[in-house]
Amino acid sequence: MAGAQSIATADPARKVHDPTHRTAPHVTIRGLSKRFSDTAIYDNFDFDIPRGKLISVFGPNGCGKSTLINMIAGLFPVDAGEILFDGQPVSKIRFGYVFQNYREAMFPWLRAFDNIAYPLRLMGVSKAERTARVGKLVAHLGVKIDLALYPYQLSGGQQQLVSIMRALIVNPEILFLDEPFSALDYEMTLFMREQLQRVFMETATTMVLVSHDLEEAVYLSDRILLLSRHPARAVEFVAYDAPRPRTLETMSEADFISTKAHCLDVFQREVRKG
Amino acid sequence: MKRLQPLLPFVGVAVLLAVWSLTVWMRVVDPVLLPSPFSTFRAMWTGMTSGKLGLDFLKTVERTVYSTAIAAVIAIPLGILLGSSEKVYRSVEFLIDFFRSTPASAMFPLFLVLFGVGDRTKISVAAFGAALVILFNVAYGVMNARKTRLLAAKVMGASRLRVLFDVMLLESLPQTFVGLRNGVSLALVIIVVAEMFIGSQDGLGHSVFEAQQLFEMPRMYAAIFAAGVLGYGLNLLFLLVERRFVHWSGK
Repeated sequence: MAGAQSIATADPARKVHDPTHRTAPHVTIRGLSKRFSDTAIYDNFDFDIPRGKLISVFGPNGCGKSTLINMIAGLFPVDAGEILFDGQPVSKIRFGYVFQNYREAMFPWLRAFDNIAYPLRLMGVSKAERTARVGKLVAHLGVKIDLALYPYQLSGGQQQLVSIMRALIVNPEILFLDEPFSALDYEMTLFMREQLQRVFMETATTMVLVSHDLEEAVYLSDRILLLSRHPARAVEFVAYDAPRPRTLETMSEADFISTKAHCLDVFQREVRKG
Repeated sequence: MKRLQPLLPFVGVAVLLAVWSLTVWMRVVDPVLLPSPFSTFRAMWTGMTSGKLGLDFLKTVERTVYSTAIAAVIAIPLGILLGSSEKVYRSVEFLIDFFRSTPASAMFPLFLVLFGVGDRTKISVAAFGAALVILFNVAYGVMNARKTRLLAAKVMGASRLRVLFDVMLLESLPQTFVGLRNGVSLALVIIVVAEMFIGSQDGLGHSVFEAQQLFEMPRMYAAIFAAGVLGYGLNLLFLLVERRFVHWSGK
């Protein structure tokens, strides 16, 4: 637990943060516990997610990477503990969630446009404003997809881009991405990394990315959270500060290579422990 | 070769007609029992255009459509209701499976007592059989809605009711159409059987039975083919409707 203790910022009072207080952590996780039948996936887990950063969660298979963001996003109930966004529960905030399986996350009966606008429809936004807001987002991101098509008429990358836009349309305070590119081929993955980086630079939304690809995790992130085997501990919260936009050349720079090697070291040490 | 590909489905038909003609020509079977394709189709043509067969055909269509419609109106909302809660479905699953496995024809005497001799009995037995098939499919369609899609809607803040109407209902549509196709086929089977026996005056079942009794073999075969055309046509109709409205099915 020593590692986790040193990471958690001392904030015993846990007072409600002023959202404009930019240096305060965005999400505070305290005493999180979760069991699946006999296995403790999380046991009294503490962690702070910094504001306006893109962080990746990386760790051994089955350590509970996806479970972590699913609990933070309120998709899975927690057994014990508290997760607060600027002192508020998840039900009080606007957030976006991008699933790994875009095919099953999109609504195939709606056109791409209506898929993106669906969260606005749930919020009761008028049709005219929905159209305006989707149009604005499309222009903002420079997306070139025919949004009159149905999801199954789009390529995998286009579908995932549409589902990212669906997550962004509500101007989320935080965006969760669960292995968003792992169902895409390498060429499309490279393209989508650029798209995501662009979205991040444009919006500066706090993003939490679960990845099983270390290259991708380091390349995209400001910080990489390395988890141990279950019950998961935060082994290290590695910083990677290369300036953006990062390009393919970034991946051959010494800084990138050493950060990735260090993460791999920690990862392998944790895997062997199992 | 490529240009001939669209003709492939007709090969089987042509072979059947050829074997049939050959059988008649070589007198393998008594010509009284097996008339030639020509006299069969002539009987079908005259029956459908000017004879009673056309009226019988329409009667059977009417009964099948009524029973399927009644079954759908009852079974689709009920299936959605049962499917939206797995616990509720599990508690009635045995009953549904039991009556789904019970031959609906075994229900004739009971329905005769309830509704008397006439259309109401035929239609209600057929509706009973079709309703269980549709109910089962709709409920499974709702229950097997993709978990990710339900989660996606939940994450976006959809209420339980919105999830039901915006996601589960649409998710279940492909399976609902499977149920409707099976349901209409079963309804037709039951209607045709019912038309053969209980005090019937018309319908394709009656037509087949009467022609057999009178030994008018071309007319009997004609009525059988008419029933085949009807069954195939109804299935095709549902497929076309499904393709039009459930465009995402299987994609």
